[in-house]
Amino acid sequence: MSASSYDARFKVWRGDPGGGGLEDFKVEVNEGEVVLDIVHRLQATQVPDLAVRWNCKAGKCGSCSAEINGRPRLMCMTRMSVFERDEVITVTPLRAFPVVRDLVTDVGFNYTKARDVPAFVPPAGVGPGEYRMQQADVDRSQEFRKCIECFLCQDTCHVVRDHEENKGAFAGPRFLMRVAELDMHPLDAAAESGLDRKRAAQEEHGLGYCNITKCCTEVCPEGIKITDNALIPLKERAVDRKYDPLVWLGNKIRRRGE
Amino acid sequence: MATGTEPQPKSGTAPGGGVRDGTRAAIAAAHLRTDRWWLAPAATAAGLLAFVVYSTWRAFANADYYQAPYVSPFYSPCLADNCEPMRSGPNWEIFGSWWGLSPALLVLIFPLGFRLTCYYYRKAYYRGFWASPPACAVAEPHKKYTGETRFPLVLQNIHRYFFYAAVPVAGILTYDTVLAFRDEHYEWGHMGLGTLVFLVNIVLIWAYTLSCHSCRHIVGGKLKHFSRHPVRYRMWQWVGKLNARHMLLAWASLVSVALCDLYVYLLASSAFDDPRLF
Repeated sequence: MSASSYDARFKVWRGDPGGGGLEDFKVEVNEGEVVLDIVHRLQATQVPDLAVRWNCKAGKCGSCSAEINGRPRLMCMTRMSVFERDEVITVTPLRAFPVVRDLVTDVGFNYTKARDVPAFVPPAGVGPGEYRMQQADVDRSQEFRKCIECFLCQDTCHVVRDHEENKGAFAGPRFLMRVAELDMHPLDAAAESGLDRKRAAQEEHGLGYCNITKCCTEVCPEGIKITDNALIPLKERAVDRKYDPLVWLGNKIRRRGE
Repeated sequence: MATGTEPQPKSGTAPGGGVRDGTRAAIAAAHLRTDRWWLAPAATAAGLLAFVVYSTWRAFANADYYQAPYVSPFYSPCLADNCEPMRSGPNWEIFGSWWGLSPALLVLIFPLGFRLTCYYYRKAYYRGFWASPPACAVAEPHKKYTGETRFPLVLQNIHRYFFYAAVPVAGILTYDTVLAFRDEHYEWGHMGLGTLVFLVNIVLIWAYTLSCHSCRHIVGGKLKHFSRHPVRYRMWQWVGKLNARHMLLAWASLVSVALCDLYVYLLASSAFDDPRLF
């Protein structure tokens, strides 16, 4: 053990759908380590059967999502140096999704919701390789493309975290952001094919459930301004469709003139 | 390919099944946060409550809101017959002598509605007063949640109309600030400490109003192709810069408008005289 090393106290949730609880561990911590390093050391030295999902250790694959001291975070991006040495650090699986075992949860809810969002609709008369877009037109969508699908935003969103019964009606911030991304895409031809993404966001993906309390933005490890740049603009676009008689009237007149 | 992790259809889930739902990790605690997560919602609730108490008192007081050349922003424009006469001021007797209540009530509905439906204040009071949620990853106490899908919260969608109303109100407060460049005898070309207070307030009011998310949408956010609308794109970028500070501007302008009113109240109730700069 080097001079800068110390023993940290951890509480790690262990169990399966049948039950479980927090177990205490004392484990060595070295300078520069992150929580995922400590979980790996636990596996290597004390509990070889501890289940944990991880992959890149660089904050880019979105696999090692967990809750550390009650806050949804990536284990590989949470430095041990942010904690006091005498602090007890609690690590649990994501609490919005069904647990599989130990720190691993079933995030299948998100894949179902991903399938519910209609894909990009290619514009008519433009072949592959012929897409041309101005940078100004794709800036907004590109921010959302930084998403690594760690599902921390889905986990922290109280609409489904605190209300299991809302999972059917609400897509969650990650997939409402996907709807916004496609609706802002300069070449998406959904409207021409009869698909109104703005209306669908409200009526099929549960945009109205979002009460813009910004937890999704707070936990996003990519720093995407989910609420300000995706959800609120999408809400305003839905208002254009459903609650703004001036816009409705303008569209009527324009259509009559065509 | 079957991986064994496909979502299984669940039969009817009872409302209220949150973090303690049967399928989730068995943890009895509503949250495991160890930081002072309660501080932000508590401070927000205290700040908003203080403003509500102060503004309610001042709005119903119907007194001490004008001391030449300053008019309290709570009473401007003054639209009733029972308004104090303000020379060149924004007082129009649209409501006759039958209106017996404070004239502030006729006007405050617009800024109140603007702030009540504001995307920032919604976050603030949903968290601070309604605990929905109290903080991130802290379980909320409510059994059911329908968000803004039903009456009355579906009315939050009319925010842009309050924005439309807030613009002329800010315009009138700008006019009041211009009038503040007079002295107590209505001579132009003078400044007092009150003029500075009014100037700071009107800058913050405009910054807050223009940083509104609905404004950002209207000026350019609704467009699909920014490249075809360079002027609106530039305006959207400007509003976006302000919008990133919407919370800060919401608080700063709330405090400044209350301080502006308090300043006029202190002058009108003869607590002190306006220090004249020139």
